Amino acid sequence: MKVKLIEIAHGRSGDKGDAANVGIIAYDDKGYEIIKKELTVKRVKEYFEGVCLGEVVRYELPNLRALNFILHNTLGGGGTVSLKLDAQGKTLAAALLRMEIEI
Amino acid sequence: MKEKIRIASGQGFWGDLIEAPFWQVTSGQVDYLVMDYLAEVTMSILQKQKNKDPKLGYARDIPPLMRRILPICSEKGIKVITNGGGVNPRGCAEAIAEVANSLGISGLKIAVIEGDNINNRLDELIAAGAYLENMETGEPIDSVKDKLLSANVYFGAFPIVEALQKGADIVITGRTTDTGLTLAPMIYEFGWDKEDFDKMAVGTVAGHILECGAQATGGNFLGDWESIPNMEKPGFPIAEAYPNGEVVITKHESLGGAVTIDTVSEQLLYEIGDPTDYITPDCVADFTSIQLKDEGNNRVRMSGVKGKSYTPFYKVSCSYEYGYSSVATLTYSWPQALKKGKAADAILRKRLENLGCTFDEFRTEFVGYNACHGAAAKEVNEDEINEIMVRFAVRGNDYASVERFGKEIAPLILTGPPAVTGFAGGRPKPSSVVAYWPALIRKELVTPTVLVLEV
Repeated sequence: MKVKLIEIAHGRSGDKGDAANVGIIAYDDKGYEIIKKELTVKRVKEYFEGVCLGEVVRYELPNLRALNFILHNTLGGGGTVSLKLDAQGKTLAAALLRMEIEI
Repeated sequence: MKEKIRIASGQGFWGDLIEAPFWQVTSGQVDYLVMDYLAEVTMSILQKQKNKDPKLGYARDIPPLMRRILPICSEKGIKVITNGGGVNPRGCAEAIAEVANSLGISGLKIAVIEGDNINNRLDELIAAGAYLENMETGEPIDSVKDKLLSANVYFGAFPIVEALQKGADIVITGRTTDTGLTLAPMIYEFGWDKEDFDKMAVGTVAGHILECGAQATGGNFLGDWESIPNMEKPGFPIAEAYPNGEVVITKHESLGGAVTIDTVSEQLLYEIGDPTDYITPDCVADFTSIQLKDEGNNRVRMSGVKGKSYTPFYKVSCSYEYGYSSVATLTYSWPQALKKGKAADAILRKRLENLGCTFDEFRTEFVGYNACHGAAAKEVNEDEINEIMVRFAVRGNDYASVERFGKEIAPLILTGPPAVTGFAGGRPKPSSVVAYWPALIRKELVTPTVLVLEV
């Protein structure tokens, strides 16, 4: 069955220079196993094609049932230089939570 | 030794809720009020203000805030720690001293931490072996040295600990890590050893939770945001710290917001990189070691935090001039709102090109369609779009081009696609762009100084 990621997880995103960090947190242990399986670096990179122009790096935080993604070359040069409305990538966690995943 | 201390966050950035620190010191018991005012861009703004008036260069919200809270803090024995001193911590302390004098408060010790500002020492430091190459790109500092507006070292908790040991009631710093503001009172009160890196990591993680104010207590919460109560008067986070290294994150009961594992976890994930390698001047904290337990009643207990040794470096934050930018918006309504917005964009670009204007970047976003999520936004049926705000933005080194851009927006209303509105406020003027240059410097090259003023 397919659901939107937002049904099993929440998250927060922000900026680190020209990279964005997107943290995704599962609501329970089962959800964490699902996001670990579904949110591969490859899928996240494809999902943000045209937004993230660099490498995607994934880190695991099992203690918080969370994954942290670093999206390099994403914010149009970073906080003060960027012309983007969302220059700090604050809405990118919400963008990822809209992804359809298999549960 | 106290059996516990309560450290309250009062501001998450310069521009945060003005009332929050007042609520924090009046709605329940706290021992410390910590306030983070400095974002990366803030230092350059403050430097410009100081260049115009040498008495300025600090967060100007502080003296009026102190007028309100100093009598309360003095009576209750609440110490205040803030990095709002910006590029002029001494000026900030003197302004607070004036406030204290006018309120008839005496016996107050205000500590000033300086030495972080290395803008006037760059040649000397470079000669001493500080290369200051860009941490992200590896470029040498020479390429921007003539355009530098500010250069500051991030100090950690220990200069603040020294200030508290000298009896300070108020500690005003320049560029200090956000996390150091919260870690320092724990070290001072509990006598933690600077080589006890697990303890240093505890205070650092607590500082990370407090540094963005209500973002830990239900603000900007992507979970069940509608369940967060009374956000018109949110409680900012409080770290209730114990000598054994446990910390309970909580808030004043009478204030709004919520503290749950979900709200705290979101803040823990905010703006971090490798979670096992959270680097500060005081330690390297491992966020994968943090154990959270919900004790109910807006109390989340944090334990198990592990840390490693600090590195031999301080981070340096420099800012430099990076040309000009300008932003303007127009709004198109149904029918064909998006198509009309795109047509207007094409016309504007062609006109500017015909005028010979050049930009380093020209970005057009369609608010209501893809401005937030860009290429990851869903396609929409044109006929279902009620309206679109087109946001045009340019950046470049040629001032005349950026200025001319601002003069080409309003004409689109009478010379472009129909059903357009929303142009107000006159022609947008070019703004100076300030770029950020992160670097590292060996710790032995810079020394923090602690000065105590007595009122």
